[in-house]
Amino acid sequence: MIYFWAFVIGGLICALVELIYIHFPRLTPGHLLVGLTVTGAVLNGFGWYDALIKFAGAGALIPVSGFGASITRGVLQETQKLGWEGLFTGTLEFVGLGIAAGVLFATLAALVSVPKG
Amino acid sequence: MDRDQTAIQGAKDYQRLVQQLTPKPNAALLAARAFVVGGTICLVGQFVFDWFRFRQPTEGEAIAATLACMILFGVVLTALGVYDDLGQLGGMGAAVPITGFANAMTSAAMDFRREGFVLGMAAKMFIIAGPVIVFGILAGTLTGLVAWLAGGR
Repeated sequence: MIYFWAFVIGGLICALVELIYIHFPRLTPGHLLVGLTVTGAVLNGFGWYDALIKFAGAGALIPVSGFGASITRGVLQETQKLGWEGLFTGTLEFVGLGIAAGVLFATLAALVSVPKG
Repeated sequence: MDRDQTAIQGAKDYQRLVQQLTPKPNAALLAARAFVVGGTICLVGQFVFDWFRFRQPTEGEAIAATLACMILFGVVLTALGVYDDLGQLGGMGAAVPITGFANAMTSAAMDFRREGFVLGMAAKMFIIAGPVIVFGILAGTLTGLVAWLAGGR
């Protein structure tokens, strides 16, 4: 069942952003990705996005709103452990692995692969 | 005088005809394609998430591993040139998942490599990913600050 909801919720988030993109042609994909990331981060301040992840799994986690929510999740967890320092150490707690992996793999790809066309 | 009027009328008719015949972007079709492509990527992500959930000690670490794994998929598909086709097909359905974030990093790194490694590849790699990380950290820190203060300390 979680696979069904992962597909539906993930698809709905993407379709919603696509509709916003069609109706507001002035917004670039960059603006939309930033907006969605911030939305996820703020929603998780109330724990709402974690509830959505519990319900839809990767359908909520894989869109960039899940990336934003993971930043907030790290901050909340670390502030409970460390106090104010957690506001700074927590940000990359869960997404740091992804960012570092992205930089490393993207560099490797740029070294070995040549763009088409 | 009369001929001018006819010309103006003709130009207006022509403009109206062009407006009628220009294909409007079919919003429902584009949204449906974004739904299918984005949903499929999330479905793949669910298999990865489940795989890590049984192998990582906490859910947080499973989330981190899943994000990194999907980023790896995005990079590989971009390097193979497959992700561009996926973007053509799915629009935002390919851009919104974290694989699209990896695609933006990788395609910029590949395209700008010829402008040098420092100011080309490394700088342009963050042309889309940079704003996402900056605003993500700003929003996450501020939200965390509010929640921490509200949490009674």
